[in-house]
Amino acid sequence: MASNEAALRALMIAGLDGDSAAHRTLLDRLSGQLRAYYKARLARIGRSASEAEDLVQEALIAIHIQRHTYEPTELLTPWVYAIARYKLIDHLRRTRVSLAEVPLGDAEEIMAQDDHIATESAYDLDRLLSKLPEKMRRAIQYVKLDGLNVVETARRCGMSESAVKVSVHRGLKALAGIIAREKGK
Amino acid sequence: MRTDELVAMLGTNVERVDRRQVKRTIGVAIALAIVAALGSSVFVLGIRTGLNNIGALTFLVLKVAFSTGVVALTSMYLIRVARPGGERRTPVVLLVLPFVAIMILAAIDLAFAPSSHWNKMVVGDQWVECLLSIPIIAIVPFAAIVWAVRQMAPTDLVRAGALAGLVAGGVSAAGYALHCTDDSLPFVALWYGGTIALCTLVGAMLGPRLLRW
Repeated sequence: MASNEAALRALMIAGLDGDSAAHRTLLDRLSGQLRAYYKARLARIGRSASEAEDLVQEALIAIHIQRHTYEPTELLTPWVYAIARYKLIDHLRRTRVSLAEVPLGDAEEIMAQDDHIATESAYDLDRLLSKLPEKMRRAIQYVKLDGLNVVETARRCGMSESAVKVSVHRGLKALAGIIAREKGK
Repeated sequence: MRTDELVAMLGTNVERVDRRQVKRTIGVAIALAIVAALGSSVFVLGIRTGLNNIGALTFLVLKVAFSTGVVALTSMYLIRVARPGGERRTPVVLLVLPFVAIMILAAIDLAFAPSSHWNKMVVGDQWVECLLSIPIIAIVPFAAIVWAVRQMAPTDLVRAGALAGLVAGGVSAAGYALHCTDDSLPFVALWYGGTIALCTLVGAMLGPRLLRW
């Protein structure tokens, strides 16, 4: 437990300094823990594993786009748990489930278990990306999917490097927003 | 979409994060809030008269000190509470300290004054104006602070909203103090304290609507 916290926190801090490999490892390890957490919560109200996978992905996107709010001198576990719990409550509200039916668990629990049996989520990345403004969509395509660096992307899109970075960040936020809005329907 | 595909996407070309971003955003919002409150007071209400009088000047300093004390203390908590999980281990009860202090001073002041003066000391001349002005002046500061807090992903929206309202009310009261000519401690304790508390309550009610992310 404690060593898990220390290892994940080191990965998080390296990611904040721009270490892609560390950030990817962090998200990969957190996805197992988030999956165990959400499956346990949703099983009690008879929801499917794929719905848990939707939540895992939403929480990962949230952790990524909100990582500037993590204070490196504090524990990582409570920060991750707060986001995971917030996304669960938001999901239940949007899909109109009474909160009383689902015990939310605590911060220790989220680090206690791991589940690597992934299913697919209901989200189709290509379809979600197609709903973004052209500039954001292209920035995400080049930088995040094709793995081109920011300099090359800026050249291809005829944008400045900082505009590319902003477009990627806003685009990911917009994706999270599209996912949230589609739920209530 | 498979989760490993998402992780691969998010973990590609990861940018360095500016560690001071949160503090800078909240700082910009509070600066905007102060400018808005000062502007309302100076250009709409007008600066009070009688500032060549030492008594009036003392009260102006006292009102501004009380209000900025509230703002400074609350801002420190807001920076914590507005982040995910920040509501844990953040003892917001300390925020009542400036209010308790001003009420004790007001009580002492009343105790030493003849009871025939009490009505004038508590109600003052412009209590209606104070009651209306502080919440109205607080609207623009509140909007600025909500803008900043939303970027910090709060997970306790009621508490984050309340603190945003408290900061906005404090900034507004500091601005209103430049105009207000009711110079008595009980007036400040009741009307300043009360309207700032009202702003806090409204903030708590609006938080879950305005701060969702």
